[in-house]
Amino acid sequence: MSSHIMSAFDEELKYLNRRISEMGGLAEQMCADAVHALVNGDSALAQKVISDDVILDNAEREIQEKAIVTIAKRQPMAADLREIIGTLRIAADLERVGDLGKNNAKRVIAVQGTGVPRKLARGLEHLSELALVQLKEVLDVFANRSAQKAEAIRQRDEEIDAMYTSLFRELLTYMMEDPRNITTCTHLLFCAKNIERIGDHATNIAETIYYIATGAQPQGERPKDDSSNTLGAVVE
Amino acid sequence: MNMMTEAAVEKALDQRMNDLSYKMIGKDVSVYYGEKRALFDVNLNVRQNTVTALIGPSGCGKSTFLRTLNRMNDTIDSCRVTGRITLDGDDIYDPAIDVVELRARVGMVFQKPNPFPKSIYENISYGPRIHGLARSKTDMDQIVEASLQRAGLWNEVKDRLQESGTGLSGGQQQRLCIARAIAVSPEVILMDEPCSALDPIATAKVEELIHELRSNYTIVIVTHSMQQAARVSQRTAMFHLGQLVEENDTDKMFTNPDDQRTQDYIMGRFG
Ligand SMILES: Nc1ncnc2c1ncn2[C@@H]1O[C@H](COP(=O)(O)OP(=O)(O)OP(=O)(O)O)[C@@H](O)[C@H]1O
Ligand SMILES: [Mg+2]
Repeated sequence: MSSHIMSAFDEELKYLNRRISEMGGLAEQMCADAVHALVNGDSALAQKVISDDVILDNAEREIQEKAIVTIAKRQPMAADLREIIGTLRIAADLERVGDLGKNNAKRVIAVQGTGVPRKLARGLEHLSELALVQLKEVLDVFANRSAQKAEAIRQRDEEIDAMYTSLFRELLTYMMEDPRNITTCTHLLFCAKNIERIGDHATNIAETIYYIATGAQPQGERPKDDSSNTLGAVVE
Repeated sequence: MNMMTEAAVEKALDQRMNDLSYKMIGKDVSVYYGEKRALFDVNLNVRQNTVTALIGPSGCGKSTFLRTLNRMNDTIDSCRVTGRITLDGDDIYDPAIDVVELRARVGMVFQKPNPFPKSIYENISYGPRIHGLARSKTDMDQIVEASLQRAGLWNEVKDRLQESGTGLSGGQQQRLCIARAIAVSPEVILMDEPCSALDPIATAKVEELIHELRSNYTIVIVTHSMQQAARVSQRTAMFHLGQLVEENDTDKMFTNPDDQRTQDYIMGRFG
């Protein structure tokens, strides 16, 4: 797209974009670190994730303030308006991603007693990889604004949901096998749910990018393959 | 009657209904100033009880188009208009049309305030008097007060109605001209950048007035403020180099316009 006649407006938009990319990078790192800390019982790393969250919160607040000033000052129209509103939404999603990463980090101490069984660790890592790939790709798409790619990412949320459901099933099995696993497994269950929600936020971001690029909401229901809500029936 | 013709009849009826919902229809309107062509085959319809905003860069022909709607271009010697413009289905360029009556039905507020060099009262009462709209002095007083009230000027001038209209400030003069335009109860009101000389409060009053007038009148407004167009209009038409490049619902126009030139213009980008 061509430049604004007021070059300062371009600078403001570029700044917001850069801050979103930074938030995205940090959120991604936090989530990866949290799972790492969890499976390795690394409480120092967990502590770092917890303190990184403050940076992310501040970044969201700063983006919000800057965006509001830009709206008041420039009275943006059309694609510019969509971009700024989109930026606000994406910043909020990334802030939530950070919270979920932090929540996972907080559970490191709780599961340290028993440690995380190898098989479950692998499942969690795999789920986390899927969600992080999703997040990473969506941030790349944010940089190049491809509606087509945003749509493709949105379609892939299904994979994460399916993986989450299978991990959920596995955790239930562990708990039934030995009630002493219940505490750890419950925490891991929350962790898995958190990771699945990180994927949801990545999908939200993909939808926002699609809107910024086209001015339309993506068509059709978001694909869902999370059947964990009916899994109680399986245990019967 | 088979299905096809029935559908065709229905379509023709729909078309007819559509035409009726247009207060004015402009078809292939071109305007020349001497050799210079200022408008190129503009097809733009003005919907009844709707505010239509005309936007576009300076010199693109907004005022020129607006003036064709009540034949204000007749007053410019070099100016020639081709195409067809109708008001309630009647060709306004028909030689049988009484131009004075046309301009009472299609009133205008100009870019620069142009009060008559007469008293404030007479500025308003002139139109209603020549069109025989007041039966008595009380009637006329009422029209003058109501018009000034609606234009948001009454409180500022109620004690000086006999003073000259040209003695008012620029913004007050503009509101006086708006009061003058609505005093004759026109069906269509054309406004050419009516707020360009007004402060934010007076602008808000005029916008509120436009909002109010919309239920009974049809309004076409030229504005350089994208926010104003977005606030007051339901339809927006974008002109560029004498051509109509896009006409759309205002909400769509300012969030996701179809034409690249509209995009660049409203976002303040280099085209
Ligand atoms: N009386 C006139 N004689 C000759 N040319 C004219 C006359 N009025 C307008 N034009 C020309 O016609 C073109 C369209 O002018 P018009 O006044 O309609 O533009 P506009 O869109 O209203 O611009 P602005 O936003 O600056 O008021 C311009 O090139 C202008 O120079
Ligand atoms: Mg003009």
